[in-house]
Amino acid sequence: MPGALEGKVAFVTGAARGQGRSHAIRLAQEGADIIAVDIAAQIDTVPYPMSTPEDLAETARQVEALDRRIFTRQADVRDRDALQAAFDAGVAEIGPVDIVLANAGIAPMSMHPDPREWQDVIDVNLTGVYNTVEVAKQSMIDRGQGGAIVLTSSTAGLTGIGGNTPGGLGYTAAKHGVVGLMRSYANYLAQYSIRVNTVHPTGVNTPMVVNDAMQEFIQADPAMGQAMANALPVPLVEPVDISNAILFLVSDAGRYVTGVTLPVDAGFVNKR
Amino acid sequence: MGRLEGKVAFVTGAARGQGRSHALRMAQEGADIIAIDIEGQIDSVPYAMSRPDDMQETVRQIEALDRRIVAQQADVRDFDAVKQAVDAGVAELGRLDIVSANAGIFTEGRADELPEQTWQDMIDVNLTGVWHTVKAAIPHIRAGGRGGSIILTSSTAGLMGFENFAHYVAAKHGVVGLMRTLALELGPEFIRVNTVHPTSVNTDMIQNDMTYGLFAPDLPKEERTKDALAPRFQGMNILPIPWVEPVDISNAVVFLASDEARYITGIQLPVDAGATTK
Repeated sequence: MPGALEGKVAFVTGAARGQGRSHAIRLAQEGADIIAVDIAAQIDTVPYPMSTPEDLAETARQVEALDRRIFTRQADVRDRDALQAAFDAGVAEIGPVDIVLANAGIAPMSMHPDPREWQDVIDVNLTGVYNTVEVAKQSMIDRGQGGAIVLTSSTAGLTGIGGNTPGGLGYTAAKHGVVGLMRSYANYLAQYSIRVNTVHPTGVNTPMVVNDAMQEFIQADPAMGQAMANALPVPLVEPVDISNAILFLVSDAGRYVTGVTLPVDAGFVNKR
Repeated sequence: MGRLEGKVAFVTGAARGQGRSHALRMAQEGADIIAIDIEGQIDSVPYAMSRPDDMQETVRQIEALDRRIVAQQADVRDFDAVKQAVDAGVAELGRLDIVSANAGIFTEGRADELPEQTWQDMIDVNLTGVWHTVKAAIPHIRAGGRGGSIILTSSTAGLMGFENFAHYVAAKHGVVGLMRTLALELGPEFIRVNTVHPTSVNTDMIQNDMTYGLFAPDLPKEERTKDALAPRFQGMNILPIPWVEPVDISNAVVFLASDEARYITGIQLPVDAGATTK
């Protein structure tokens, strides 16, 4: 049976590990080829270890093991020129892009807040998403075959959680901002049959959430721990759960779905 | 292997339109089906509703997929009838995992002019009927102890106001409130509850003279053709299409029913070509 994305090409940011790697693999399982970028480096204000070039190589290995093609390039979503160069090189090697997943993100929340967290998280989680769509959209428009874009927001893109620190406030502001970006792009790109939606994960079992700094941050504030509780009796969801929602949105099953905020949150938002 | 292999799904309004499509699409993924439909007319509804031969066609198509179906005539306004139908279906098919509360009607009238009976019929079918459906189904899902997935069919009119059908808008908003509460009540048992929100769907419920009159009151009746109306329907959406097909709603229902959505509950999923974003 052919995959749901046979012959498609997907551009994925933050693809070295975590959700981004899962998205690349899940889409490749359905037949897509992948253009993958990741910073594969540390940002000072981020209190947990970020991805490495070895992580990005492991994503490539797993996609290739599925007999799909993948182009990888180390690139920071904050750097429009570098991102454009990576996108263009990927398209030259793999082919024109049908799917864009703006997944790269950071969570600079810790018990030792740093004022620079605000700017860093806005730059990565909001401006980085904008840059991702901007480097890809013209080629999708010019090609005239429609397409699907999914921006990764968060339950913090729909509710006022995240804590009262520069990083926490910035995270929540950026993830809300992504919704506005999605809605505007959805309206503008609909004329080209390019669909744009957001996904809103609750806590996902990845290095961004499952690390000492984040656990310390959450446990320090009992109200926050309570606020992080899901309606379904699960503490975290898995990366593949977000990937499956994205697969629905980018496949023909979601061909008329656009402008939607899709929580994958174990009932978190509804419980508030 | 299908995404719903071994599951049993209960679908209301299954004789035709979206309900038939949901039953078929879920059967294609391996589910067996418990189907009900009113198969009769409601006086306040000006277009022809489903009939027994519509349900026979649904049965034929499900059986052609080598799936089992227990189909019965039942009106969602009548709780006892719904309960009896679900009980009988589960007795035959052995379990219940999925509910698609899809049965609905569409009528029109400005809020200050709606006849009492038109309002009441709408609330009875499109809101109370949904509650009856889940009330009858929940004990069976619970008895399985495996969790489950309930999908309530709302509408873009469950998320925004529209002129000329306040009763439909009120009922479809009410479905969202029901879903939100059910999601909380049933979450601990891993029974997930979500709504889908279609824009116009290419079915008999919108392809009829009454709805055409709503979209084109300025046109003489003889000029209100499907082709002439398409651009007006398209004006509601941001994607350049007039309406979606039943299967597009079914694909969303299958996603929500499947393990791919195992941690999705309490959400409103528009399948609306951007109508609520416009």
